[in-house]
Amino acid sequence: MALLSTHALTAQYGQFKALFGVDLHIDPGECVAIIGANGAGKTTLMRAITGVLKNAPEMIRLGGEPIGALPPDRILQRGIAMVPEGRKLFPSLTVEENLLIGGQVRRGSGRWSLDDIYRLFPILKDRRHSPGTALSGGQQQMVAIGRALMSNPELLLCDEISLGLAPVVIRDIYAALPAIRATGAAVILVEQDITRALSVADRVYCMMEGRVTLTAPAGQVTREAIHAAYFGAAA
Amino acid sequence: MIWLDVLVQGILLGGLYALFAAGLSLVFGIMRLVNLAHGDLIVLAAFVILLIVATTGLDPFLAALIAAGWLLQRLVLNRVLGRDILPPLLVTFGLSVALQNGMLEAFSADSRRLRVGALESASIGFGPVTVGTLPLLTFASAVVAIFVLNRIFYTTALGRAFRAVSDDPTTASLMGLNPRSVFAIATGLAMVIVTLAALYLGMRSNFDPSIGPARLLYAFQAVIIGGLGSLWGTLAGGAIIGVAQTLGAQINPEWQILAGHIAFLVVLLIRPRGLFPRAVD
Ligand SMILES: Nc1ncnc2c1ncn2[C@@H]1O[C@H](COP(=O)(O)OP(=O)(O)OP(=O)(O)O)[C@@H](O)[C@H]1O
Ligand SMILES: [Mg+2]
Repeated sequence: MALLSTHALTAQYGQFKALFGVDLHIDPGECVAIIGANGAGKTTLMRAITGVLKNAPEMIRLGGEPIGALPPDRILQRGIAMVPEGRKLFPSLTVEENLLIGGQVRRGSGRWSLDDIYRLFPILKDRRHSPGTALSGGQQQMVAIGRALMSNPELLLCDEISLGLAPVVIRDIYAALPAIRATGAAVILVEQDITRALSVADRVYCMMEGRVTLTAPAGQVTREAIHAAYFGAAA
Repeated sequence: MIWLDVLVQGILLGGLYALFAAGLSLVFGIMRLVNLAHGDLIVLAAFVILLIVATTGLDPFLAALIAAGWLLQRLVLNRVLGRDILPPLLVTFGLSVALQNGMLEAFSADSRRLRVGALESASIGFGPVTVGTLPLLTFASAVVAIFVLNRIFYTTALGRAFRAVSDDPTTASLMGLNPRSVFAIATGLAMVIVTLAALYLGMRSNFDPSIGPARLLYAFQAVIIGGLGSLWGTLAGGAIIGVAQTLGAQINPEWQILAGHIAFLVVLLIRPRGLFPRAVD
């Protein structure tokens, strides 16, 4: 059975409709990339899954159970953790406190401890008493990932973790992915960098204007198919 | 020696103002809510303590604890269950008016006092100055309360949650925190401080249903002088207003309140963000 699935998922901001019936699924331990142009609805999809935007209960299922109407704190307790777009570290908290707050509502017997996070991103240990927002962009992204891992998620959602970072820094951050997947966690990567997304993911979804326009195994998808799904068939 | 005496009495009076201010500061710091009913809540708590003492004959200190528990329950529940429709500032203004009128109905406009017998007039001599035991106790309580609040804020998981929710409630909810519950706990904690403030207010002077807004004003001035977000700053702010008022009263009894306001304006002219503003903003 799929770990998570969405069923004709819709979302709107006031009068403005942002998602028009999105169907997707991810299996336990799988890594799925979601690509799409600016404004395609990728972040909106993440907000719907994490409960920041309310849905009908049946629109989102976790292990078969309807979770579409649960608030964000309950979604986290069910094992879905979020690395939000723009990192969103807490400025009043130190690096270590940011990590600890991610683990405040832990599930299970703790696959991830503070020490595990520091082993994954050693630079954070040296900076652990600095305010989270005093770090470089790449280091902040590491904190945001570590903070999400501290809850021992079964599903990790990453929204544009490479945004605005230098290629070497992106490489360092993506180097952590195998260790994360080794815990058995499934990962959804929202990514603008298509090459990067295709090289690490098992499957890829492409979104355009609030709809899924392409689903394919990452190894089999062609440039032409992505181009069509990204910009519309007419382009 | 009179000036040394004025200084000491003023600082001790500042302890009372810091107690008024600590709850206000806590609620503002965490919920970004200016609670215009804060002064009236202190007066209400004083009446509740009075009521408990009158009906059970308990010692005021014990009564204060019970009142804290009761108020905590009431207000915490209200926050969790109630849905604010009006902007919070208007809600607290409405609450302030409602509390004053409600207290007037329930307790009449008569002045009351919490009687604590010999403690009311007891004093201790420190060389050239003699200080009242009660003012000293008030100041010590303010220091302890602020110390404990700071510990909670900066060294506990609860304090971490307070700061995270205050920074960004949506992201905090993604970390598994329920902002409404965190706010409810903060309100409860503020109510414990309110009750402590009410206890000393009621023991040191007469009170009646109309005096809440003035207490709010002193509290507000102490918080602003100290710098938003700094509890020790609030204590310093309270002390400055206390000293100014005592000094003013020494020169001319009618100048007491005015001197406090002038001190407030002078500090703001010199340091618009207060004495100890928070570094991150
Ligand atoms: N808070 C909001 N209020 C109103 N409209 C919004 C809001 N957030 C997003 N939108 C709109 O919803 C649509 C989808 O936005 P979304 O942020 O989900 O796109 P995205 O795929 O994440 O884009 P990007 O790659 O730029 O992050 C856009 O048209 C956007 O303008
Ligand atoms: Mg986005």
